[in-house]
Formats: sequence, structure tokens, C-alpha cells
Amino acid sequence: MSARLPYAYRYLRAKKKFPHVWCPGCGIGIVMGSIIRAIDSLGWELDDILMVSGIGCTSRMPVYVDFNTLHTTHGRALAFGTGAKMANPNLKVLAVMGDGDSMAIGGNHIIHASRRNMDITAIIVNNNNYGMTGGQFSPTTPRGAKTSTTPYGMIEPDFDICKLTEAAGANFVARGDVYHVVELDGIIKKAMSGSGFRVVEALAPCPTNFGRANRQGDAVNMMELLRDNTINIAQADKLPREKTEGKIVRGIFADKNETGYIEIYRKLCDRVSSGVKK
Amino acid sequence: MSGVPWGETKLVQGNEAVALGALAAGIDFFAGYPITPSTEVAEILAREMPLIGKKWIQMEDEIASISAIIGGSLAGGRSMTATSGPGFSLMQEGLGYACMTEVPLVLVNVMRGGPSTGLPTQVAQGDVMQARWGTHGDHPAIVLAPSDVEECFRLTIKAFNLAEEFRTPVILMPDEVIGHMREKYTFPGEDEICVTPQASPDVPLEWYEHYHTSATGVSPMAHFGSGYRFHVTGLTHDTHGFPTRKVEEVVSKMNRLKQKITRRLDVLENNRLHDIEESKVVIFCYGSVYRSALAAQKILAKQRKKVGIFRPVTIWPFPDRTVKELLDSKEVILVPELNQGQIIHEVERLTSDSVRVVPLHRFDGYEITPEQLVAAVQEVM
Repeated sequence: MSARLPYAYRYLRAKKKFPHVWCPGCGIGIVMGSIIRAIDSLGWELDDILMVSGIGCTSRMPVYVDFNTLHTTHGRALAFGTGAKMANPNLKVLAVMGDGDSMAIGGNHIIHASRRNMDITAIIVNNNNYGMTGGQFSPTTPRGAKTSTTPYGMIEPDFDICKLTEAAGANFVARGDVYHVVELDGIIKKAMSGSGFRVVEALAPCPTNFGRANRQGDAVNMMELLRDNTINIAQADKLPREKTEGKIVRGIFADKNETGYIEIYRKLCDRVSSGVKK
Repeated sequence: MSGVPWGETKLVQGNEAVALGALAAGIDFFAGYPITPSTEVAEILAREMPLIGKKWIQMEDEIASISAIIGGSLAGGRSMTATSGPGFSLMQEGLGYACMTEVPLVLVNVMRGGPSTGLPTQVAQGDVMQARWGTHGDHPAIVLAPSDVEECFRLTIKAFNLAEEFRTPVILMPDEVIGHMREKYTFPGEDEICVTPQASPDVPLEWYEHYHTSATGVSPMAHFGSGYRFHVTGLTHDTHGFPTRKVEEVVSKMNRLKQKITRRLDVLENNRLHDIEESKVVIFCYGSVYRSALAAQKILAKQRKKVGIFRPVTIWPFPDRTVKELLDSKEVILVPELNQGQIIHEVERLTSDSVRVVPLHRFDGYEITPEQLVAAVQEVM
């Protein structure tokens, strides 16, 4: 374990910014680990990476990593990231967001980033509630679940992040969780190595708020729930329908190779600028 | 037409001059959302910017637009957006973020009738106070109000320069009349205009502080991807950009945000003054109203009635000292505005009880005419 420390430290603002703000048992740190392992195996330079976030627990991640880091306003990570990517296409833009940040207040931006196929990797940590403000319901809170603003149970249907972004046109759409970390590492790495708009939904426990409100036990119990309530897409395809009923499917749902927005815009400039004196 | 018609004489629209001014200032990135009466700015740049390989995008709303240009500016692009009333309201949170994080950008707000959807195609000056105080929290504001096509061109360049020099958003606020009217204008030669280059730090990477405290309160800003790695957050932050709640760091940040403006008021102040000294009655106005004031002054001169005109070109920061110095001895200050009274409160604040500060409001979507001003002056004289 100690032999591994120096490599992780290379990507972290380890000496200055720790300990972090996340609660014991929170899944966000595991997702951060996956991101770092993906970057390490892709051999990306720290200077080339822009991690942009909105507001919320997940959006605190940029403080801890030693990239170009941008903590923006609630819901707007993708809009800020779009501008940065347009202005400097060499940047590798990672947007880290929570479920409330990306699906509620930032819902408009994610459908349009998907539609444009903007060259950004969006990593959405879905813990089914607003953790930072104390556990209110989000657009991904399951029906019936209790939160501080659904004391009688959630009455609204929830969003399926993957279906939404796939339908809106994202090049790459996948779901993993923080129990199946090796799988998540692979998904995030695959997402990062592509072009266009790429979405990874990472299911994560929030024992402090969602878990407590719904009597899901401690962090370990919640990890076990991820183990038991999710199923890999390859396994799910082999099983009869009744065996997968009620389980959340993990895996890659879309992996297209459409040209990303940045390349399309560059080609537009090339096409129209020929013959124009600069 | 392509690019800035350097040195040429043309019939030019105000919004067109804004777009050409942005090109003259070396705009790298524009993000916007269509809204009357500002749309021509976006349309002209949509046509021009790809021709020279510059980045232009129509975002999904105004919130996304200002967010995108903040991101673009941090990544090294000279960035601008253009909007009007409702869009300006939507941009307020992003504007505050840019003030807090000290990101240079230009925001053009072509003023139309409000509140709400109001009078989308008609003139007003109802956003003057919103431009100063619209976003939450104490924050700096630099706001310029052009009165003709030439100023639309020159003040847009100026807005880019000030944004760079003060590391803060600069708002250009033509009213609808100025944005949509056409005038003959001879563009300057390319060598006649000054564009402030983007500053960049020259310290070793490990010494860089994103908010270094310098004498002016402004330090050279590195860009994402330049090798200087830094953190930007809307949370109150220390000199390296990381969140802080330490009292001394919070106070230092907030003081610097304010003082980087207040210590250099001389650079920002810009007034057009006509016959102030010899007049007992002064018309205090800005934007399109100034044009009517000039016409009214001529009509009144024929009637041997002398009025002065005081026009702040930079409306924020307000020219407190000059107003106090020049206007506190007057008998009457007429403050015509295309709203129900906004700037007038600043004039009242700065003048003694002995000075009669007389409002003239028009908020029906039409301009204040020279005749209205003549009648108002005759009444007080």
C-alpha cells in the first residue's frame, strides 16, 4: 500500500487541502480515486486537465486534485466547461457533478451538452439526494424514498440519467457504482479516452442523509445494497427478465463515434475561412 | 462585408458597431442567446468570427451564456456576451461569480422596457440600478453607457481593455435607441486604437498566486492550460484561490475587490460636460437622452436660455466627486431618465438641499424628445 502513495499523491493537493469535507462512508472519494487511476493509466499531463464542477458534495472534488480546477455556480459546470473547451481545445475537460447539480438545476445544460456532443467527460455521482444541504430529494430520488423534503415519501418519478443523456445524443453513456470499483475504473477510463460528450453515472452511498432517512444502515450496509441491487449489463442480458426485475443495470449503454463539437466547429472555420484574409 | 472596415465611412447601426468593436478589440470567444434588442450583436459575430477562426456559440440560455464566457476567459479567450432585460436578469448570478473570481469579460446589455418581458422592442433605461446592484453581495461594477454609434464602437474596445486592466466584468449598456439607430461613422485606422494585451504572470510556477495582492489590487491572471495550475471558486477564497473562512482573509478579499475600483476612479471616470460652469440649470443625462439634451440646448440657446449638460459615460462607478464639485452650486438639476427614477437618487445624494433636483421620467417605450426637455427647462427657469 505504501508503495502506491507516491503515485496517488502526484494527482492530489495532498499536503495542503486534506482532510476533505466528505462524510465517513461517502462514495465520492472512491469516484475521485477512479478518476485518478484513469488519468494515470491514460498518461495525461496535469497541466492539460481542467476539472470543472458545480455546487454540492461532488462539486467539492476540484479542490483536492492538482489539475486546473474550477468550482462554479450550481448546475453550470457544463456551461463553464463548454466555454473553456471552446477557448482552449487542448484542455481535457472533466465535469464532476452530483445528481441534483446535473439533473435538476443543470438539467438544461446536460441535454444540450449531449445534443451538441460537446467534448467533455461528465462524471455524475448519483447518491439520490442533495447531501450538502442536508438530504433533500433530487430528480434521482427513487419513488417512495424519504428525504428531508419528502417526509411522506417521494411522489415524483425519477430521472434515468443514462437514458436521458443517451436520448439527447451523448457519444458515450455508462453507469457504474462505487462497490464495483474495478469496473468503474474501466468505464471512466473508456469515457475519458473518447471524444464528444461522454457521461458516466456513478452510483454512490450517502449514509449520512439518504441512508439514515431510509434506514439503509451504515456505509457498509449501503455498499452491500449496491452489490445486491445492481447487475452488470452482460449478466442481465443472459438472465430471464424476472431475475433482473428491480435491479439497476450497470455497464456501457452507448458508445458512438460521432464527431465531437470542437472538431465540427474547427471544420466549419476551415471551410468558411478559405479565401478570407486574416 | 468582412471584419472591421478600418478607415472606411459607413452607415452603421449601434449594435453593429458593438460587434465590430469587439472584433477590433480582438474578441476570441462569444457565447450568447437570442434576445431583442441585442440580437444583431450575436448575428454579426456569428457571421464574422468563424471566418477568422474565432469561437462563437449560441448557448441554451443566458445563464449558460455567461457561464460559458467565464470559462472561456479563464481558458485564455477574450470573451463577450450580449443580452437584454430578461437575459440580463438571468445573468446576474454569473456576473457576481465573475466579480468574485475576478474574471475579465464584457457583457453588453441593450436596455429595453421592463420589468419582465415588458416592451421588448422599445427603449428604456430601467437596468441602471440592476447593473450596479443586481447580483447578490457587495461587488465591484464598471458600467459604460454609449450615446452614439462611434461610442458603441470605441466603448466596446474600452470595455475589453478595462475588463483586462481591472480583472472584472465590464458592462456596456446602450439603450435600445442607441443599439438600433444608424449613423454615418468613419472608422479609425487600425493603428489608431489601443487594445490592452492580456497580462500573464512571469513568476515561477510554484510562486504563482491567482489573486496576488499588488498595489493596484489587480495581479496578472494565468489561464487554464498555461502551466500555472490554480483553483477558482465562487466561495470566498485566499490569495491562491482556495476557499477560506478566516476573518482576515475574507476581509482582505472583500476590501481588495472594492478598492481595486475605488483607488483608480480617475482611470474609470469619463464625463461629457457642456457649459456647466456658466449655467445655473444643468441637464444630467446618459445614453440616448443625451442626444435630446444636445438638441434641447440649441433650441433653448435661441431663446437666450442657457443650460449645461452633464453626461457620465461611465455610469458606474458614479462620478461622485465631480458631481459634488460641479453641480452642488447649481439652482436646478434636471434629471431626465427613461425609467421611473434611478440615477436621480445618486444626484440627490450628492447635492445639498439648496439644489433643486427635478426628475423627468418617461417609461412608455418612447424616447425623451428635445421638446419635452425644453418644456421642462422652461418650467424651472
